[in-house]
Amino acid sequence: MTGVLEIRDHFQSEFDRAARKLPGFESTRKAAMERFAALGLPTGSEEAWRFTDITPIAETQFKAVTRPGDPARVADLARGPLQACQIAFVDGQHAPRLSKLDLPAGVTVEPIPFRDASIEKHLTKLAPVDGRAFTALNTAFMRDGACIRIGKGIRFDTPIHILFLSTDRGAPYVTHPRVLIVAEEGAHVSIVESFVGISGVYLTNAVNEIAVAEGATVEYTRVQRESHQAYHVAALQVRQGRQSVFKSHSIALGAAISRMDTGTELAGEGAEVTLNGLFEGTGRQIVDNHTFIDHISPHTTSRELYKGILGGQSHGIFDGRIVVRATAQKTNAVQASRNLLLSKEAIVNTKPQLEILANDVKCKHGATIGQLDEDVLFYLRSRGIGLADARRLLVHAFASEILDQVSVEAVRAQLGGCLFMMVH
Amino acid sequence: MSATHDLLEIRDLHATAGGKPVLRGIHLTVKAGEVHAIMGPNASGKSTLAHVLAGRDGFVVTKGEILYKGRDLLAMSPEERAREGLFLAFQYPVEIPGVGNTYFLKNALNAIRKHRGLPELDAVEFLALVREKARIVKIDENLLNRPVNEGFSGGEKKRNEILQMAVLQPTLSVLDETDSGLDIDALRVVADGINGIRGPDRAMIVVTHYQRLLNYVVPDKVHVLAGGRFVKSGGKELALELEQRGYGWLEEKAAAAP
Repeated sequence: MTGVLEIRDHFQSEFDRAARKLPGFESTRKAAMERFAALGLPTGSEEAWRFTDITPIAETQFKAVTRPGDPARVADLARGPLQACQIAFVDGQHAPRLSKLDLPAGVTVEPIPFRDASIEKHLTKLAPVDGRAFTALNTAFMRDGACIRIGKGIRFDTPIHILFLSTDRGAPYVTHPRVLIVAEEGAHVSIVESFVGISGVYLTNAVNEIAVAEGATVEYTRVQRESHQAYHVAALQVRQGRQSVFKSHSIALGAAISRMDTGTELAGEGAEVTLNGLFEGTGRQIVDNHTFIDHISPHTTSRELYKGILGGQSHGIFDGRIVVRATAQKTNAVQASRNLLLSKEAIVNTKPQLEILANDVKCKHGATIGQLDEDVLFYLRSRGIGLADARRLLVHAFASEILDQVSVEAVRAQLGGCLFMMVH
Repeated sequence: MSATHDLLEIRDLHATAGGKPVLRGIHLTVKAGEVHAIMGPNASGKSTLAHVLAGRDGFVVTKGEILYKGRDLLAMSPEERAREGLFLAFQYPVEIPGVGNTYFLKNALNAIRKHRGLPELDAVEFLALVREKARIVKIDENLLNRPVNEGFSGGEKKRNEILQMAVLQPTLSVLDETDSGLDIDALRVVADGINGIRGPDRAMIVVTHYQRLLNYVVPDKVHVLAGGRFVKSGGKELALELEQRGYGWLEEKAAAAP
């Protein structure tokens, strides 16, 4: 495939040119770039990319951003109920003017490069670059991003908003946002990560690493609303200590092609994870969600529910793998993939996988694919509710199981307004 | 509207259900203020008639016409019929997970009010209305907050239909075997609910297999449907005769017809 070879050379030459100016992590970057050069971009012959054809990404020459985007042009997008505690980036670069951080002692939010050397030890340690071309690329090029540390025993209730805004720069460009969240022992925090773009062709290649220490709780809400001409590839890797809680709500609405890999290691005894996802496709969008829950220690719990709503000629993918290792006795794992097809041309592939190596566990999983129920639609219409409203009501009802669990009210309200435009 | 106005006029209606001919020439005139009972054995076409009136897909009218308030009913969408005051109480009400009962009913009422140029009710006004009606049909208030019909018992589903009827105040109600599966207490509650909305400007078509409900909801006219046609029409005493003699003698009559 010539496209793949070309993009490898393209990023290699970009790296050779830019490497000296990138902040720190010199040897890590170099090693990551070597990984990427060896791997190249994934193709459909790899099982993990079987349904997601990224040829459009491989065939586009995305340029690095040299001049930052104009924050004034996207200032409106940075306003909202979450601006009270927000770190914003425009076209991948930190935008102090759109950021506001009033933090108590023990909570730090800062852009790369980090002043706090103690957290550097976590960076690049959680998200592996082996076999992950996009993560390798991010690690080689990472320049801007946020690091959040919640100190031992601190409970911080205000949601911290990490906002990545992308503008239309006329020509295709790439950003490699990097986020590291460290919740120390017993800490408690709510993070919202948003990716927003109105128009323009760009590639967001994001990596997020989250360390949840013993007894800590992290609630993580992610909203992906990229430009519909853009591409979004993201990896989120979590490591959880004893009795820790990680709750994720991942909402994917934008981008022509989006791919999100979410992984968590339940490394400490009694750790709990909830992975909720809602994805929506219209037009020819491809929305791909891969998750991997690794039950390593005993008495660990995972609950996973991903719901897809697919209209037009869109294509949704859910691939959820759960491994219960022999060391993880008394594990509880529940996984469900539910999908709603709104048109005849829409496609969904769902692949729940459960690999159980321990013998004293409770696990179940299931997947469904359905359409709006004609009998229910008729019932609603027979009460005077118009067809479009009836469809909207039912799509909303389908999504509400996920949306109702999002604890950040500002996000719930925003999603209620922008979801389901496609239902006609 | 005058009390003698023809609310509904069905002329020589032929219809198929799932491709098979079911109705073979129905004639019926319903005036405002009247209650008509349509009785008949199983598979005689009672539910098909109810669904054709409400506009359900899959039921195809092959001949004849239906005028509702002087307009061509068959040209109207299901929602338009509802907004013009037609209501079907379903034999098997569906469950709608994720949609709250009150929220659903408020949407329905406001869609109808909007169509009629009336101001929409806000949440507070609507809640007061729905609570009052819920008391009348003896529906537990916590059922109002649950998803529509989800986990409701058979009797609760039927009462929920009557609650909707009481809130939407339809001009023409079609009750499709609303009495089936009800115990005697529930039957009385449902009958009270139905009687509660009877009035000189409204009409009802009560579709039933048994005479039982008609002890409480006394009809003006009774029609016996067999083999897709009305084989006998009469006053309320016809229902009692059917109770004693069964449908057999009329089915033979229907079979003998050309």
